[in-house]
Parts: sequence; C-alpha cells; structure tokens
Amino acid sequence: MTKFNAWNVIKNGLNGQSYWTRQWRDPEPKSSYDVVIIGGGLHGLATAYYLAKNHNIKNVAVLEKGWIGGGNAGRNTTIVRSNYMMPGNHEFYEHSLKLWENLSHELNYNVMFSQRAHVSLFHSPGAKDSVSRIYNIMRLHGTDAELWDLKTLKKKIPHLNYHNSRFPILGAAVQKRAGNARHDAVAWGYARAADTLGVDILQNCEVTGFTRKNGNIESIQTSKGIIKGKKIGFAVAGNTSVLWQMAELGNLPIESHKLQAFVSEAVKPLLDQVVVYGVGGAHFYISQSDKGSMVFGGDLDWYKSYAQRGNLPMVQDVAEAAMAIFPSLGRIRLLRHWAGVMDMTMDGSFFICKTPISNLYLNAGWNYGGFKASPASGWYFADLIANESPHNYVQNHNLERFEKGINIDERGAGPDPKLHG
Amino acid sequence: MIRINCPYCGERDHSEFSYGGDATINYPSLDASEKEWTEAIFFRKNIKGYQFETWHHSNGCRMWLVVERSTVTHEIKSVKPCHPNLQKVVENNK
Repeated sequence: MTKFNAWNVIKNGLNGQSYWTRQWRDPEPKSSYDVVIIGGGLHGLATAYYLAKNHNIKNVAVLEKGWIGGGNAGRNTTIVRSNYMMPGNHEFYEHSLKLWENLSHELNYNVMFSQRAHVSLFHSPGAKDSVSRIYNIMRLHGTDAELWDLKTLKKKIPHLNYHNSRFPILGAAVQKRAGNARHDAVAWGYARAADTLGVDILQNCEVTGFTRKNGNIESIQTSKGIIKGKKIGFAVAGNTSVLWQMAELGNLPIESHKLQAFVSEAVKPLLDQVVVYGVGGAHFYISQSDKGSMVFGGDLDWYKSYAQRGNLPMVQDVAEAAMAIFPSLGRIRLLRHWAGVMDMTMDGSFFICKTPISNLYLNAGWNYGGFKASPASGWYFADLIANESPHNYVQNHNLERFEKGINIDERGAGPDPKLHG
Repeated sequence: MIRINCPYCGERDHSEFSYGGDATINYPSLDASEKEWTEAIFFRKNIKGYQFETWHHSNGCRMWLVVERSTVTHEIKSVKPCHPNLQKVVENNK
C-alpha cells in the first residue's frame, strides 16, 4: 500500500499517477482466524483495525455480505458529537470524539473531519433548563459545551426562521468540537489501515449459519465456504437479531427500525454548522456537505421494518420541519433519499458485551448514533475481545442491565425502541 | 404508504395509525420471576418476515388492531381487532 504523503503525491503526479497500489487486498478466505468479525461496516472495520493496532492480533477476518461502506456506513447524516449525559455514555462518546480529532493522521487517510459545531436549538424556558443541565454535566466531565443566546445565534446563523411565533427560537446549546466527516472515507480509511496490518477483508461473504461444538461456535458457514474463528464478533447493526437467532440465542432487547436521510442538490455555502431542531413532535437535523449539498434527516418511520427504503409520510414530516426552521430551503430540490435499518434498543443505549456463548462477542444497538461512535466502538470492542473483560466505560453496556434495573436511558423514554431518537 | 384495512373503518393510509409493537407477548403472572418479566418487557423476537403486531387507529376509530405484516416487504396478510370478543363480533357481522 502506497502511503499518502507529499512526496508520493508529487512523484505520482510526475508519473501519470501510475504507481499507486490498490487500497486493500481482495484475499481468498483462510480456513481459520484468531478473530472473525461479522459485519464490514465502520464498527467492524474499526474493531479489526484496533485489534491489530492496539492488541497485536493480526490474524483477523472481517466478513461483509455486500461491499464495505454499503450498509449503514453509507446511510447516515455523518454527524459526530459527544453531548451525552449518562455515566458510561459520556466517557465513551468523548473518547470517540477525541479519536475522531486525530483519525486522519492515525489512518493516513483524509476522513474530512470538520469540527464545525453542533447547534441544538431550544424553544422554551423549560427546554433551555433541561439542555443546560445536560450541557453542565458535560462541562463537569471536561467536554466542551456552551449556550448561545439569541444575539450570538443570530450572528452565527442569520437565516434561521426567527419569526416562528408558535416555537420561537430562544437560543442554542452548542458543542463546538462536534461536526461531521466523510462517511465513505472513514470506511475506506479503516479498511486500508486494517488491511495494511494484515487483516483480511472479505467482501460478498454472507454468513448463512453456525456450527456449535461444546457450547462454542466452532465454525461459520458463509457464501465463500466454511471459516473457523477462535473468537467471533457480531457487528451487524440492523440485522443483529437475525444473526442472534441463527446462533440459536433467542431474543434481544432490540427492534429494527428504518431511519431516512436526505441529500439536496448542491448550493453555494449556506450553513457552516450542524443545526438540530426538535420541538412539537418534529425532529430535524441538517448540515451542508463539502460538495454543497444540504444533508438532513428526521425521525424514524415509526414502524418496525427491515426494508432499506423510506416511506412517504416521513418525507413530508421532514420537509415540514425544514420549512419551519429554514424557510430559505423552500425551492431546493431533493437529489436522493434513503433509509438505513437501525438496531433500536429498549433504553436507547448500545451493547458492547459478552454473550451466552463464550467465544462470541456482541457489538450492537446503536440506535440513531452509530456513525459518531465508530472509532470508540471499534476501540472498546477490540479491547473486550482481546482482554475478555469490558472496559469500565462499557461495563454496564450489556444484556443483563435490564434485569438488574440499570438501564442507560438518556432520554427517559422507557422500553419502547422507536422512541429513543 | 402502507394501507391498513381497519375492520371498523375500511382501508386507510398507515399515517392514520400508530405502531404499537409485537402482538404475541404474553405477560407473566404478577408473582412471576424477575427473569420472566424482563423477558416479556424488554426482549423481542424482532422477526424479519411476517409478524403479528399491534397498531392503534389513533386518528380514526381509536381501536387497537392486530396486523399480520411482513417487516421486509410491508405486505399485510390480515387485520383483526385486538380484543378476541370484538373479533367475534366483527366476524358475526360479516
């Protein structure tokens, strides 16, 4: 793999770009690996990378049923933030944000991480109090957080709708270090870096069954033959329950729901932050990509589904929310929209944990927030697989927390997966 | 748009309804173990394919329905009132 640096850019510029090598290999599967990660999304690829990098476990395979970056890695709105409140969550997401800050250097791949600020609007004194509490908790833990009054907000983002009499904008809760990144580059960057360290990335390799022996999973049946793994990790957001039942493990505290995202035609620079708006049943978040497209999304489609396509009522809802807050978008045309299948959990928090099978590890339940979590998710999942015990930050992110009554419910929405937006 | 054939009102857009959840959960007795209650409240089959699920006709007759729907294609096979006695009434009136 040719490293990206100024010297190689100049050299190849003079040689007609003919000396670049391919970014990652397309190997035939070996018959056995030390660790097999099922799911070649951002979390699976990051896990493989940190297994090799942090724990020196390099005989690793990542199995992907389609192509890498083709699942939820390519179906999100690329927002990165760490404005979480619950113990475990805020440390975890803050570590993730720190990994994001150095990710391009770490991977020698420009993931175009842009810390442009995450601006969460509030519309009532009650909402201001509530968000102040969360952002104060963040500050106490050393995460950056601040409140903008109306004057500051109007100066920073002049073209919001400040004349909405039903939901007047009073100010915003802001995390300046938050922002977004280029999703494809994250998948490719992790794949390239993991491959360089010896990880086999096996695309078009769908898992079709498991063979159990002495309570363990001995081998995995795939569309590319039987593959053995001493340790096996699931990182297949959206389809976790399907694999879980394939391994005959019963039920999970997860429902699969689909979440839509939208991209408009490219326009001149209009919005320099990520803006979030949630009031009166609406939920809306928007940013502008480097190409100029407005990238935005809203709520789930509100019914359980494994279909990777969105339904029309939510398109209308999101368009209405856009018009309420950003009337200048009224005549912009939508280029495309899509839906990704989310693991929505019973308390809105994720799982990085051991399972009833001793050589199987679970990474699942990312709700709306899988993209920003990718680096830390890989970091702590690799740590769990290598060291056999969870790090302090994720010690309660397991399947037993519900029976123990220590749910990690940021939103306080209760055991209804679709409500944990 | 999914079209749900409400036994009381006829076929309507799904945006008139709100999704409930898995319709096959049987809640255990009050003195059942914590494990059984945890299973009933928090754990789901999360079926990929046809499942029985509840919908509330919240912007219509406000009745709860059991819908048999594919979670992959969204095709609906059957719609019945939730309450078994109401099911009988609806069937007798056909």
